[in-house]
Amino acid sequence: MSARAELPDHGLEVLISALLRAGISVSLALIVAGTVVSFVHHPDYVRSAEALARLTRPGMAPRDLHDVGAGLAGLRGQALVMLGLLVLMATPVLRVAVSLVSFLRSRDRAFTLLTSAVLVLLLLSLFLGKAGG
Amino acid sequence: MTPLEFTVAAFAASLAAGFFGSLLGLGGGIIVIPALTILLHVDIRYAIGASIVSVIATSSGAAAAYVRDRMANLRVAMFLETATASGALTGAFLAGILGGRWLTLGFGTAVALSAVGMMRGTMWQPAPPASPDAWADRLRLHGSYHDGAAGEEVQYRVYGTKGGLLLMYIAGAVSGLLGIGAGALKVPAMDLAMRLPIKASSATSNLMIGVTAAASAGVYFARGDIDPFVTAPVACGVVLGALLGSRLLPRIQSNAIRLVFVAILLWIGGQMIWKAIR
Repeated sequence: MSARAELPDHGLEVLISALLRAGISVSLALIVAGTVVSFVHHPDYVRSAEALARLTRPGMAPRDLHDVGAGLAGLRGQALVMLGLLVLMATPVLRVAVSLVSFLRSRDRAFTLLTSAVLVLLLLSLFLGKAGG
Repeated sequence: MTPLEFTVAAFAASLAAGFFGSLLGLGGGIIVIPALTILLHVDIRYAIGASIVSVIATSSGAAAAYVRDRMANLRVAMFLETATASGALTGAFLAGILGGRWLTLGFGTAVALSAVGMMRGTMWQPAPPASPDAWADRLRLHGSYHDGAAGEEVQYRVYGTKGGLLLMYIAGAVSGLLGIGAGALKVPAMDLAMRLPIKASSATSNLMIGVTAAASAGVYFARGDIDPFVTAPVACGVVLGALLGSRLLPRIQSNAIRLVFVAILLWIGGQMIWKAIR
């Protein structure tokens, strides 16, 4: 392997590592904050078994961005958690997007194609999810 | 059980799952799903939803360290992700059609089969490669990493790219179907079929798992299978466990990793198959 081939990848590695770390930190902060807000708003969560049944009943989870947005507007802890989970889900997609830019810059045609294909598949999954939901 | 007790119990179980998952190149889902359904009686749909998100968390947490240390092969990951993402879309669709019993049976079988695959790798040394791989040469997939235990730079060549793609498509489908990272299938595919060293396979698998899981997570979200209350302690526990695990990986000898891996997988696979046919 030549040094010329190695250099662009190494910068990409540092960038991707930082991106993954940032995605994790932001999403964890949101999830923890949301959980704390939930327990503060609902004192019965500490002693009521009924509350657990309500929280884990099928059909309770938000299923689109509109649900999450409405919950956030009402300062609901669980909506804050959901926002954190969405940040987590977006992190690998961003990683692929950053790789694509890097491969474009280094004029690596084969990998530009491969990376674009992966990105298209990821975006397609969101559309298919909406259609199936 | 109160919501507080549930949150603490789910966090503890996920911490353990993230730790071992990271050591073994798994997403942790293979441990999280049985723990949530069997120990905490969570609805299987929510367990799978929490798992697929926690799988992204494990992958990103461990992969951040592996990518920076250049243990993960970025080019191999990118190349194979075309197959895992296509597979994940297929699997996420199938999951909507199949019932819970079939999902459980499929889950157990996938786990047991991957254990058998790893056992073969332990007992029989891979044969020397028959011929160089044209795609691996053209796409410059070959790599190297620094082995902390041996204290030296390990150079390796990549073979069997077409077989690897096929296996990764299957791994992606299993991931989308069962809500797991399917690292248990990705590691042997790279280790045995493509001849990457076990540590590079494990690290690269961690990186690929995030993209594979993200491809199915959107589908699960739209179905309403991702419950924030169930998922919050699972995602947090798994990230912390994975961070601890990724600090230990470079110091653990390869054969120890494999043997622990095989034992855990056989036990979990047997449990799930028995539950499905009982």
